[in-house]
Amino acid sequence: MTTILTTPETKARRSRPLGLDVWTTVSLALLLLFGLFLLYPMFGVLKESVVDPDGGLTLSHFVRFLANDYYVGTVRNSFVVSIAVTVVSLAIGVPFSYFYTYYRLRGAKLLFVGAVLSCMSAPFIGAYAWILLLGRNGVATQLLESVLPFKIGSIYGFGGIVLVLSLKLFPLVSVYMNAAFRSIDGSLLEAASLMGSTGLRRVWQVMIRLTVPTLLAASLLVFMRAFADFGTPMLIGEGYRTFTVEIYNQYLGEVGQNHNFAAAIGIIGVIVTAAVFLFQKFAANRFSFSLKAGSPVQKRRPRGIGGALIYAYMYVLIALAMLPQLYIVYLSFRNNNQVVFLPGYSLDNYRMAMGRLLGRSVYNTIMFAVVALAIIVLVSVLLAYLVVRRANPVNNFVDTVSMLPYIMPGAVIGIGLVIAFNSPPLALTGTAVVMIVMLVIRRMPYTIRSATATLMHLPMSIEEAARSLGASKLKAFWRITVPMMGAGVASGAVLSFVAIVTEMSAGIILYNNRTITLTMSAYVAITRGSYGLACAFSAILTVLTAVLLAIYLRFTREEDVRM
Amino acid sequence: MSVAITVKDVVKRYGETTVIPGLTTHIGRGEFFTLLGPSGCGKTTLLRMLAGFNTVESGDIFFNDVRINDVEPSKRRIGMVFQNYAIFPHLSVRKNVEFGLRNMDVPRKEVRSRAEEYIELVQIERWADQMPDRLSGGQQQRVALARALVTSPEVLLMDEPLSNLDAKLRVEMREVVREIQKRVGITTVYVTHDQEEAMAVSDRIAVMKDGVIQQLGTPRELYHRPANLFVGGFIGRTNVLDGQLHVENGQTLVTVAGATLVVPGLPGAADAVGPVKVAVRPEEFVLDSSATTGIPAVVDHGVFLGINTHYFLTLRDGTAVEVIQESEFDEVLEPGAEVFLDVKRHKINVFDRDGATNLRTGSTAAQQQVPA
Repeated sequence: MTTILTTPETKARRSRPLGLDVWTTVSLALLLLFGLFLLYPMFGVLKESVVDPDGGLTLSHFVRFLANDYYVGTVRNSFVVSIAVTVVSLAIGVPFSYFYTYYRLRGAKLLFVGAVLSCMSAPFIGAYAWILLLGRNGVATQLLESVLPFKIGSIYGFGGIVLVLSLKLFPLVSVYMNAAFRSIDGSLLEAASLMGSTGLRRVWQVMIRLTVPTLLAASLLVFMRAFADFGTPMLIGEGYRTFTVEIYNQYLGEVGQNHNFAAAIGIIGVIVTAAVFLFQKFAANRFSFSLKAGSPVQKRRPRGIGGALIYAYMYVLIALAMLPQLYIVYLSFRNNNQVVFLPGYSLDNYRMAMGRLLGRSVYNTIMFAVVALAIIVLVSVLLAYLVVRRANPVNNFVDTVSMLPYIMPGAVIGIGLVIAFNSPPLALTGTAVVMIVMLVIRRMPYTIRSATATLMHLPMSIEEAARSLGASKLKAFWRITVPMMGAGVASGAVLSFVAIVTEMSAGIILYNNRTITLTMSAYVAITRGSYGLACAFSAILTVLTAVLLAIYLRFTREEDVRM
Repeated sequence: MSVAITVKDVVKRYGETTVIPGLTTHIGRGEFFTLLGPSGCGKTTLLRMLAGFNTVESGDIFFNDVRINDVEPSKRRIGMVFQNYAIFPHLSVRKNVEFGLRNMDVPRKEVRSRAEEYIELVQIERWADQMPDRLSGGQQQRVALARALVTSPEVLLMDEPLSNLDAKLRVEMREVVREIQKRVGITTVYVTHDQEEAMAVSDRIAVMKDGVIQQLGTPRELYHRPANLFVGGFIGRTNVLDGQLHVENGQTLVTVAGATLVVPGLPGAADAVGPVKVAVRPEEFVLDSSATTGIPAVVDHGVFLGINTHYFLTLRDGTAVEVIQESEFDEVLEPGAEVFLDVKRHKINVFDRDGATNLRTGSTAAQQQVPA
């Protein structure tokens, strides 16, 4: 009986000799794309880092790096400052989330929007605004020093980087921790209090312990962002050299360019981030447990002195986080003669910006972002489907490869693309294509993660139902699966859009006059010391991201915000 | 160690809505006391007031002689088992059980041995060092029970503890709960909406509706002599027939759907002449296919369930009734068959016209409020 039954089936299979259905084609196409635009450039960086000027194999760049305390110091500095930023972000972000989740605060929505806005702002605006406020000629510096009998400390260096990045990145912690605190079932807390665990003790014994996996995930995100950040240490770091700045100097610096050495530094940076990534995975595994969703805890109204302190904490923190952007927008209307701000207000800065590629910058920014996002969404949805529904070694390999950019500092990706596409047959360097490829690579991992997570929660039976009703595989996918994934992917996509608009660290290596974006224009103006122009560009960038986010937050439930 | 609980004129309001309008009851030392009622009847609200998670708007709650209205939940010496178990997912089973002891000043050695004792009591030794997410619902509920009891609380509160389990496990676990409660001898307040579960575990049951205790009694009392029609319908199944009560020659007669029955033992009958509600449980009907007198009825269909056969019949006034009979070999009552029903007269209950008072006991909800 069994042989008779199985024979026709085997025959049916044989009619498609390689099992080449639509999805196999898709997965091979994705493999090809990732191979060409991700693995090949990364291989290029690796190769660049181990060749000498004559083309021979050498480890001299690494030796030079490791032998010189100055260079090792840059990675050490990056590491130390990133750890500090992570710790400070947790220290201010966790209480923020705690109060936000467990108290019914007036203006809670405002606080949340402020947090998201400051987190999504362009990477260097915070640093620039804080320099204008607290730098050598800063307004606040002059004001304070005229009042205070002592000199206030310097904003430049380690402290400045930590200040700027922590205020920018703590909302990441908050968004994650809000979700984690919200998911703690009220009865767990009641059970704890019946067993003598109350107050701060309960916060530590139960609430923090329950959110350790989230804390670890958020820490990794903050660390990665801080470690790969280029704009902030470049502007405010001064003597405190980080490795991202060093790569930039070695690659594009005005004196002593050394592309091979830059590549070597990049490789070392990637090794560090990979190690941190693996360490985090290890730690997360040790603390993993499943938290059943339950009824969230009732919010309380804050009362008395404690309540006042909570309000003060929340609003002061958000005010500080928003201050740079508001200040920049304000300054963009101030008169100036390039070097000093003058009294009075006008639109002169914007007029000047018009003459400095403003139109092209805006056009490029929007165009690149739209195209890149379309590609990201398409590839993410396809890949998520392949990984979740048709797991096989090829698809899993593509999935793993697609996550590589997550641990790669933007500068390394930038260098990789330049090396890979500098010469025929694919001479893309300097074109819009390479900018778009860079943006896609940089942001893809986040969207893939959210698409995969969304799809995992969709029951397979829905597609099977469509298939049983006569829909083809493709039709079932496009008409059933994709629409159901829509909401989850779309919400991530908007944030990706903002992230793309403010992309900086890889773009700085790839852009030229034709492919300049708003972020680049703003950065160029800052480095040229042109206050008015810098503020105008930054203000436009800030307002653009704010408007995008406002629209996004208007239509998104807070629970769905993922950064 | 266990205490008696006295609840006096307790009121609970959420904003404008009053959930419990003023409730008084008494729970004895070591008693297994169940709050039973449909959802929204205020049973969980009352339980959470005992635990201290809900404020008490007015009235008092005493544990023995101590008023505990304003005592922190953590100071009430309460063990609680939650509907979703509330097991800490980040702690092993053993750590979960030890949690409460570690927060008391119990020496480390004793923490371990006492936790072990309760882990053995609920028979979860095999899983003691595993993480709880590996455990089935029933095992998790055992952990919750051990964790609630290990600190030797004075009161055990259980909030629909079995409602997330499947039917078979629910029956098994209610035996476990009952047995352990008896062994520990702790005063227990148990909330459920499952009347069978309530009858299986409880010493006494308070049937609640709209924040009011409709009847307080042993499972037997509630089943056989429900205080009102609501209780009669909520506990077990009941057929409600419209009847006319009259008294003739000192005999109480009830006319139901074309038949007049003599119903003895109705002390409140004289005041209730006129329309009444007759509550007949399916097994209180007598269906004898050879009978020629009684309540005429037409068989709609029968369902054979092994031990019993359920018949669904229609009375002359259109009322549909259910009758349970022990199954016989040769019994075949085809749909459409005309039969006469009798009732077990000493068992059935007769209520006044609005179903508020049982004419057999004369009791009403209001009278049941008096502490036992």
